[in-house]
Amino acid sequence: MAEVMSEGWTGTHVEKMKKKKKPPKRYWEETENTDRSQRPEEEQTKAGQNQNKSTVQEKSLKRKNEESLEKKDPFPGEAPIPHKQLQKFQRGKKCKVPAGAREKLKEAIAFSESMSEHAQKQAARYDLLLPEDAGFLEGDEDEDTNTISQDDIADAVDITSGSKYFNLHLSQFGPYRLDYSRTGRNLLVGGKKGHVACINWQTKDLMCEMNVMETVNDVKWLHTEAMFAVAQKRWLYIYDSKGVELHCVKKFNDVLRMQFLPYHFLLATASATGFLQYLDVSVGKEVAAICTKTGRLDVMAQNPHNAVIHLGHSNGTITLWSPNQKEPLVKMLCHRGGVRSLTVDKTGTYMVTSGLDRKLKVYDIRAFKPLHSCFLPAGASCLSLSQRGLLSAATGDIVQVYQNVLGSSPVSKPYMAHRLRGQIWGLAYCPFEDVLGIGHGEGFTSMIVPGAGEPNFDALDSNPYRSHKQRQEWEVKALLEKIQPELIGLDPGQLSKVDQASFEQKHKEQVEALGFDPLAKDKFKPRNKKKGRSSAGAIEKRKRKVAHEDQRDEIRQTVQERTEREKELKEKSKEKKLENKSTLDRFRK
Amino acid sequence: MAADEEELSINDQAISASEDEEGSDDERKHKKLLEAISSMGGRKRKKQNERSEASVQVSEYFVNAEGTGDKVNLSDLLGTVEKTSGASNKTKKQLRNLQSSKGTLELPLNKQQTEKIQRGIAYEKTTTEVSIWKNIILQNQKAEQMVFPLNQESSAPRRVEQVVAGWKVQTPLEQEIFRLLHGNSQPVNDPVLTPVEEQSLKAMSLEEAKIRRAELQKARALQSYYEAKAKRTKKIKSKKFHKIQNKAKRKDFLKQFDEMVKTNPDGALEELKKMELSRMEERMSLKHQNSGKWAKSKAIMAKYDDSARKAMQEQLQVNKDLTQKIVVPSDDEHESVEEELETVPDFVNDPEPVIDPVNPWMRGRLTHEEPEVSSVPSEDVQAAGEENEEEEELIGEFERKRKQRQADEEDLIPTEEEQPTSEVVEEDVVEASDKEDEEDEDEEEDVSEFNTLFRLMRSEKTLEASGQTLNTEDEEGALNEGQVRVRDIEDLEVLDEVVEGRPVEEPSGTRSAAPEATSETPLKKRREISLTEVLTKEAKAVKVPFLPTVVDEEERDEQISIIKEAFAGDDVISDFIKDKSNQEAAGRPEVVDLTLPGWGEWGGVGLKPSRWKRKRFRIQMAPPPPRQDQKLPDVIISEKRSASVASHQVSHLPFPFQNTAQFESTIRTPIGPTWNTQSVVKSMTKPKVITQMGAIIEPMVKEDYIKHKSTAPGGKGPAIMLGGNRRAKEGTKPRGRRSQKRKQSQA
Repeated sequence: MAEVMSEGWTGTHVEKMKKKKKPPKRYWEETENTDRSQRPEEEQTKAGQNQNKSTVQEKSLKRKNEESLEKKDPFPGEAPIPHKQLQKFQRGKKCKVPAGAREKLKEAIAFSESMSEHAQKQAARYDLLLPEDAGFLEGDEDEDTNTISQDDIADAVDITSGSKYFNLHLSQFGPYRLDYSRTGRNLLVGGKKGHVACINWQTKDLMCEMNVMETVNDVKWLHTEAMFAVAQKRWLYIYDSKGVELHCVKKFNDVLRMQFLPYHFLLATASATGFLQYLDVSVGKEVAAICTKTGRLDVMAQNPHNAVIHLGHSNGTITLWSPNQKEPLVKMLCHRGGVRSLTVDKTGTYMVTSGLDRKLKVYDIRAFKPLHSCFLPAGASCLSLSQRGLLSAATGDIVQVYQNVLGSSPVSKPYMAHRLRGQIWGLAYCPFEDVLGIGHGEGFTSMIVPGAGEPNFDALDSNPYRSHKQRQEWEVKALLEKIQPELIGLDPGQLSKVDQASFEQKHKEQVEALGFDPLAKDKFKPRNKKKGRSSAGAIEKRKRKVAHEDQRDEIRQTVQERTEREKELKEKSKEKKLENKSTLDRFRK
Repeated sequence: MAADEEELSINDQAISASEDEEGSDDERKHKKLLEAISSMGGRKRKKQNERSEASVQVSEYFVNAEGTGDKVNLSDLLGTVEKTSGASNKTKKQLRNLQSSKGTLELPLNKQQTEKIQRGIAYEKTTTEVSIWKNIILQNQKAEQMVFPLNQESSAPRRVEQVVAGWKVQTPLEQEIFRLLHGNSQPVNDPVLTPVEEQSLKAMSLEEAKIRRAELQKARALQSYYEAKAKRTKKIKSKKFHKIQNKAKRKDFLKQFDEMVKTNPDGALEELKKMELSRMEERMSLKHQNSGKWAKSKAIMAKYDDSARKAMQEQLQVNKDLTQKIVVPSDDEHESVEEELETVPDFVNDPEPVIDPVNPWMRGRLTHEEPEVSSVPSEDVQAAGEENEEEEELIGEFERKRKQRQADEEDLIPTEEEQPTSEVVEEDVVEASDKEDEEDEDEEEDVSEFNTLFRLMRSEKTLEASGQTLNTEDEEGALNEGQVRVRDIEDLEVLDEVVEGRPVEEPSGTRSAAPEATSETPLKKRREISLTEVLTKEAKAVKVPFLPTVVDEEERDEQISIIKEAFAGDDVISDFIKDKSNQEAAGRPEVVDLTLPGWGEWGGVGLKPSRWKRKRFRIQMAPPPPRQDQKLPDVIISEKRSASVASHQVSHLPFPFQNTAQFESTIRTPIGPTWNTQSVVKSMTKPKVITQMGAIIEPMVKEDYIKHKSTAPGGKGPAIMLGGNRRAKEGTKPRGRRSQKRKQSQA
């Protein structure tokens, strides 16, 4: 048996050796050889005839091969991506591999770099699929765009766009607050005197209308068009789109303003009693209630970038809040008078405020520095920023829209203006539409503001044209991707950073969270001894023996160190003394 | 001893038993008895066991030379060999030698040591055996994704020839087609090798690569040797050695050059060019003059040392040779050139041409900025600017001309005209310097004039501007007071009287710069100032198309009074500053006071411990890191750490990373579909290991993974196999092959 095996082995070896010496195979060579071996007679018979032909054919074949080899893509490789687009999708800085790095580290970094580069490239490539661009109103020479009236615009544009300029005359229950749903299809208006209505404003279908028979301070859509919250005189109510009261949340009283954080499913409310409260809409639980200690809170905005709530106060300060901290993250002094209104831009870079001192200020809230300010006659009672960065300000009964506010240079004149009949109470841009909704004393006005809305929407995030089924699907996905309220903070990228707190700090936090110190030493408990040795006196004696033992150790150590140090000092001084000795000292006894 | 006694007793019993049975073998019994008796007395001899039956294992201790009485000698055994005729002489000789040699054989190693050695050898063997797997295992560890079972057949569409391996050409049409194809040596499948295949064909085998590497190594080693040698020779300090070497080199070079002239004139020409180049370089650098370190030292030595003098002279000679001009010019001309060179610096030192023609302050020299005309103060700035430009042009032209002239002189000065030209140049210089002096004098006046002019202009402008604002205000009517700039809260008070004429605004640049500058000072007072400045930062008024009708006169007054009321009581800014200072104080660590009253001094009610003691026992804590809002006077940023996020964060740096920056950069790209395209998400979240449902994952087989390079090619792109007799070799499944091998090995 063994012999057979060895034979087999040697056989394979020989074969291998033979194979090694063979030149690499070509298709045609082999086919030729096999052909010859197979059909020698046929070849011979046809040899004479084919000779000329074959040469010709060989030539043609050669040419063909060469051609096919030479024929190359004039634009080889992938299509280049413009640098600007790539820049747009750049996420953080690249990490350089250190010189003396481990192989494993090198691999890990290289892999992640290649991945992120790939992702960036792909995203930049797919950016091509966002072709829509926003345009703006342009006047003739010597014509200010702000003198063009809404009627003129509505006449000039197509019918569907023209129909977006409309007035709702609701003089009985005004002034009105309003809110657009996240997709921009539905509008919710709430009159001060209790009138609440939700409308599909594009089709002008009335979904529900009611009077809550109480003062209405604010209205807000929740995550879908199916539910909305109304801050009434005492409590917070939640209704569905049919107008059926779903909840009366009595924990939330005297609410003046509300903000909904869509990715956290949190409804943040600011009350007249100075409380900022967070309601988790998905589970119906109060997440946090913070006493701001700053009095009545009637100015509120959210930063869509990091879900931080901004509150404006009567002493001219603006405070930034997260549900995780009982004190403001940041407190800024913005106005000499009280803050009347504030708004934050979509990217979370700029904040625009207006105060009783009739100033309009633009802040960079990454650096908390004022960029510029301008003086508005009569001040601005309401502010709103559109998705494309147009600022609308309500001054008395006039709505002014400003362009390029967020740049470094202050604005001199408005881009558009529109006069209404009553005092303006609410301002909101409709998402993905060039429409500004205005709630005022005489009802509601929808105003056309060219270039206000974002033309490209993310259909997976908020799709204005979604169907019922899509909405359901989106709701499930959104709930699955819900961000926990603990992650709200000034820096939304905090999670991707390594926690570098010291051990002591962490320990302190742990102790605070648990209410006891898990690492604390147990107190000495003397063992119970028999035969009368566990009398109270004996136990006390034993306790005394152990007590302060640790402290004694410490003291012993310090004493030892001190003695050593002294010794050293002495030696040094001795040496010095020795140096100072004169030659004659040796004769001294 | 006890054992012996037992044995004895056994023997005795045996004897008694045998006595009872038979008396025939008395002798044997007797002998035994004798033995027993003899064994009783004296030292006990070792008992020899008698071998009674054949066995495979024979202990060396049991062999005894009983019967002969003597030991067996080698000669006894070899005696027969000598006599046998068949044995060769060589063996006989060897045996004889063996016989004569007295040396005893060494003892075999003891068991432990032999085992140790064996273990060592076995270890080496197995390591070599196992280390074969190292590569493949590393590869698998590094792989982004592993699909089990390994060595699967690819699910991708297979080639036609693989599918039709067993297919025969049957119909005449098919036969005809294939004959044609093969007759023209036409490749049956795609005619051109794919680039991958080409590469694989071109690629080196492992052996080749090894050879190549070895070659490269050798070359590198040789190079390094050579370099080392060169270095060594270079370090040799002996001058004689170098001299000789240099001489030899020169000789060699000359020889080569002569040969080159004969054999390769082109090469020789090139060499000549090189020489020429070196000469030019020398001319440019003037290396061999007496300015070098070596030359200077030699110059000092030259007084006393003959050889040094010689060396210097040699060097000078070299310099002369190298710096020789090809077209030999006269000496005086050389001088003239030098003279001219000396005059050059005046122009060289002139400031560079003006970059910003409009801004006179941007220029390096002020001499040419102010024209005489500008002394009239009522002139416009623009006019002055134009004049400036004109003058600049003039100066530029002048300079250009001068440079041109100079260049001309340098290039082609005939030797006769040398004197006058130099004079001209000198004159020129004098003129220029005169002019400059004059202009310098002018300049001072002009500057002052310009300053006054500028100031006047500015005041005029501001006046105009204010006038404009006045006009506009007039035009817009009385209701436009809202546009009046209000910088301070104090100004609000003035608002009542204000209808026209507001104080002129200062240039905004200085204003905006002020708060930043002041904010950096840590003093509280200064900060207060800065804060007010920040808040009262100048705001630009906005023109509004519609005038607010809601806010009419009375309402405005009302509003103002409301504001006044609102700010009567509270000072917002000071409140804020207090708040901030409180926060800062809270952040500062407290001083720990460990003073105990009564120790070392009197204690009691109303007695304070002494100052010395308080100082001694008060422990200062380290100051906290600087606050984030240190430089932002109107902002308080909370320094509290948010512990809520911390529980979700990574707290320990994962293994291969050395610092947090590295790790953070690797997780900076999100992997979710919200931020990425579908394909990217898939590739980013693909599992590390994929297993097929129900498939048996067998351990790796050596033959499949560790194969010699030579067997690798050929697996790719097999030709089409036709006919029943030629079965496809490559077409067989790899798994099948493996299983066959397994069977073999099991058998």
